[in-house]
Amino acid sequence: MDQLPALQVMLPLVMAPLVVIVRHPKWSWALATITSFLACWVSWLLLQQVMDGSVIRYAIGGWEAPTGIEFYIDRANAGVALLVSGLSSLVLVYAYHSIQRTVDKSKHYLFYAGWLLCLTGLIGMVITGDAFNVFVFLEISSLSTYMLIAFGSDRRALVASYRYLVLGSVGASFILIGIGFLYAATGTLNMVDLAVRIPDSESPRAVLVAFSFLTVGLMIKAAVFPLHGWLLNAYHHAPIAVTAFLAGTATKVSLYILMRMFFSIFGDDYSFGLMLLNWVLLPAAIASFLIMSLVAIYQTDLRRMLAYSSVAQIGYILAGISLATQQGLTAAVVHMFNHGMVKATLFMSVGCILYRVGNTHIPSLDRLMSRMPFTVVAFIIAGLGLVGVPLTVGFVSKFTLISALLEQGWWPAAVMILVSSVMATAYIGRVIYLMLFREARGSTVTSHGYREVPILMLVPMYVLLALGLYFGIFGSQTLSLAEGAASTLLGGYQ
Amino acid sequence: MMAFSPPFIFLLASAILAFLPQRLRAPLMLVTPVLALISIFSFGAGEHGVLPILSFELVIYRIDHLSFPFGIIFCIAAFLAGLYAWHVDDLVQQVATLGYAGAALGGVFAGDLITLFIWWEATAVTSVFLIFARRTPGAMATGMRYLIIQVLSGVLLLAGLLMHFHDTGSIAFEHLGLVSTGTWLIFLAFGIKCAFPLMHNWLQDAYPAATITGTVVLSAFTTKMAVYTLARGYAGTEMLVYIGAVMTLFPIFFAEIENDLRRVLAYSLNNQLGFMVVGVGIGTELALNGTVAHAFSHILYKSLLFMSVGAVMYRTGTSKASELGGLYRTMPITMVCCVIGAMAISAFPLFSGFISKSLILDAASKNSYYLVWFALVVASAGVLSHSGIKIPFFTFFAHDSGKRPAEAPMHMRIAMIITAFLCVFIGVFPKTLYSILPFTVDYEPYTVSHVLAQMQLLCFALLAFVYLMKVGLHPHELRRVNMDSDWVYRKGIPSIMPGIVSAVVALNQWVREWALKRLGRLRLTVSRYASPDGPLADAWGVTAMVAAVMVLILAILIFNLL
Repeated sequence: MDQLPALQVMLPLVMAPLVVIVRHPKWSWALATITSFLACWVSWLLLQQVMDGSVIRYAIGGWEAPTGIEFYIDRANAGVALLVSGLSSLVLVYAYHSIQRTVDKSKHYLFYAGWLLCLTGLIGMVITGDAFNVFVFLEISSLSTYMLIAFGSDRRALVASYRYLVLGSVGASFILIGIGFLYAATGTLNMVDLAVRIPDSESPRAVLVAFSFLTVGLMIKAAVFPLHGWLLNAYHHAPIAVTAFLAGTATKVSLYILMRMFFSIFGDDYSFGLMLLNWVLLPAAIASFLIMSLVAIYQTDLRRMLAYSSVAQIGYILAGISLATQQGLTAAVVHMFNHGMVKATLFMSVGCILYRVGNTHIPSLDRLMSRMPFTVVAFIIAGLGLVGVPLTVGFVSKFTLISALLEQGWWPAAVMILVSSVMATAYIGRVIYLMLFREARGSTVTSHGYREVPILMLVPMYVLLALGLYFGIFGSQTLSLAEGAASTLLGGYQ
Repeated sequence: MMAFSPPFIFLLASAILAFLPQRLRAPLMLVTPVLALISIFSFGAGEHGVLPILSFELVIYRIDHLSFPFGIIFCIAAFLAGLYAWHVDDLVQQVATLGYAGAALGGVFAGDLITLFIWWEATAVTSVFLIFARRTPGAMATGMRYLIIQVLSGVLLLAGLLMHFHDTGSIAFEHLGLVSTGTWLIFLAFGIKCAFPLMHNWLQDAYPAATITGTVVLSAFTTKMAVYTLARGYAGTEMLVYIGAVMTLFPIFFAEIENDLRRVLAYSLNNQLGFMVVGVGIGTELALNGTVAHAFSHILYKSLLFMSVGAVMYRTGTSKASELGGLYRTMPITMVCCVIGAMAISAFPLFSGFISKSLILDAASKNSYYLVWFALVVASAGVLSHSGIKIPFFTFFAHDSGKRPAEAPMHMRIAMIITAFLCVFIGVFPKTLYSILPFTVDYEPYTVSHVLAQMQLLCFALLAFVYLMKVGLHPHELRRVNMDSDWVYRKGIPSIMPGIVSAVVALNQWVREWALKRLGRLRLTVSRYASPDGPLADAWGVTAMVAAVMVLILAILIFNLL
């Protein structure tokens, strides 16, 4: 049991080359899926251990921190690791059929190996307690993500991957610069140690530069509004399973690192007092959800519409962060989970549509209900969750966020969230209407009967949907987890 | 506990419904309300189903003196609507009907504001499908407008309840009163659903656009749920007296000139709501009794009227007054039922409208709202004219349209006859209704003065209608105005009347056109920027993105270092 933290990262990392050796498309899929489920189980066990507020510090190779590298697991990141590995498992099950349409059979093993590496990187970023290690895992996940995106079915995926590569590298090097400055100013890379040494650093200017670079670098990786350009094409053209996985996890992990940095390493007095960060983050957040929701209404492609909506949702999370209060952080964390589940479900159902219809052009979805009822029902319920209809997870997080904003008296921001909810109703409602009611027009090619997708695609989608509904109705469970995470983050390192 | 509460019975039934064949669906639509009714009676007063969620205590199922009568009438209305819609073989409508009725019951039985909000939104989301189900582009557009307004009301409610929670720390749904910004917002939310003046457009827009059976369902629930919430939260708020008085008066103009009979009924629905709102505003025991009683009888006779006009529409395909007439020859039963509904809404003695409206009128005069009382009397005359006479007259009598449709289908006739029977039964035995009202009733509707006053009013209104028809002044026959100069006093009023009517209508139209034009222009601008290849949405090139990053980091660095 003591070695669980190491297992968490090593499992997918070791299995990835094994998948390459196996090579067989079906077996490599099975191996990757089993590995992912095991990782998920490990994170579940870890979460159980830290739920009471205790902390697991695991020194790699027995080299104690701050000299060595350590994994640092507490209430704030165990849940995020579970989200990442859980989504990865479900989407991997789903990916079996979905990938066959886009990726050549001879390259499947590469795809699954890349996936495991990406999982390694994302989980590693979350649970590591070392700043430089964050960068290493970030690079592992980024490089494998570029590869996964490039697997997309047409050549636009290559361009999308390339653009993400450029932007992602800029972001990563900013983060590296930031870490470098931090090291120069404090002489340590261990996060707990950093938190101790930053306040009495001899060169506050270096700390300040580090802070700025880290913020912007992480904002790129998290796709916060003006820096979101890479996300749209990447989500649009990547294989849909990759999109479902990334949309649920990648940006969330960066946001988690952002929170860890703001609150635990630098401390909220520094981030939000000295730096006046809420004057930067809140406008970005509001612009995010207002502009992106508006743009989503006018999209003609379902995947692109959801990509814009993702950027908008990131805005909600950022708004919660920028409050820098217990309740605001709770809202941010809970929305991280909830939106991860909802958006993954949505992209999975879109993947089902893509699997049968062959495109995701919105006007070609007329009366899809009669042909693919299960897919459409999943899309509708998840879509309502995105809007924030009561009894869905979206309601829990929006409710928490709005009451957190009102608690601080940030009236206008709360109103704007409501406005953007109305916009979300518009862009989701439009698609739902088409799927349910509009008569197919003669010119479209939808007159062929579609069948429902294979069961292996439906089951993970419905599992996730059921989870979403469960946490929507019994929201207190995720909420108490998020509250724990928030108080841990705000409390800093012990 | 919760699973046996009426809203959940309805929701469960609507979920089961989706998997049943049509021959089982129609009976289920009838069984569900009966089960819900049994649930209401077997649970009895008290708070059942308390559910702790998110550190709140949600009260799912509260039966007390106020929610009890509303629960009963909602179940009855759902039953009658289900019977009336026996022939409908459309899964969307059937699921929506049950879900909608369940949501409305949920709203009535909600013991706290959060539960209320959930059901509040649920009524909007479920009911809109009754409009969409017509499956025409027009219905789609109307449905969207309806949905937006309804959701807006929900959003206001949510904002209001959050603020209220912050002020008081309580989410219990008890008397609120207009004391803070939060309660004002909640008041506005209720007002939208209750179709307050200037917030009423959705009602006349949406109800006539729904399917034939959909309109019958719609007419029963949303607005009455709003009346209930007003009675619960804002009883005795004086402003409501005047709002209600305006509500009773202004729809008359529009109802008089409207050609679509279902829209006439929608206007008269608005006018009837006015009476209930006045009752809430007065807020005494007598007045609240009147409000509840009026809501009860109103649901019945308004359903009946919508049913009979719907039956006509079902057979002839139109509900336009100008295309109907003379149908009494072939649809006698529908005609009789329609006339009973008309007499009930006009408050003829021995009909349900009489015994409930008198409570409100008496409450107004007892609390010295004489002006309001007068307005209500004038409005009552108007009701007789546009609903009591116009609906049956232009449908079944008037000039012969030449149409000879068959009588309404058997199940529609049964539904109408039962409803008509209830209207008369309540009118003849008012004690049955009075016994379930919130407060003990010490009131005798059948006194000589009550009956006489009402008959006088009715007779003069009838006389006016007959006279206007004879001289061709009734708004529909406005083409020629024949005036005899000897009768000055007759000349005065009728010549002003059309003027006022057209002025009000023109103003209304002008405001709407102006707003629409503005909105259209705004929409164009927005879509130019936000369309897939507009500047906001276009995927930025690598150079642009990197430039954005550079500008941002430079700005932050300079800002921080200086």
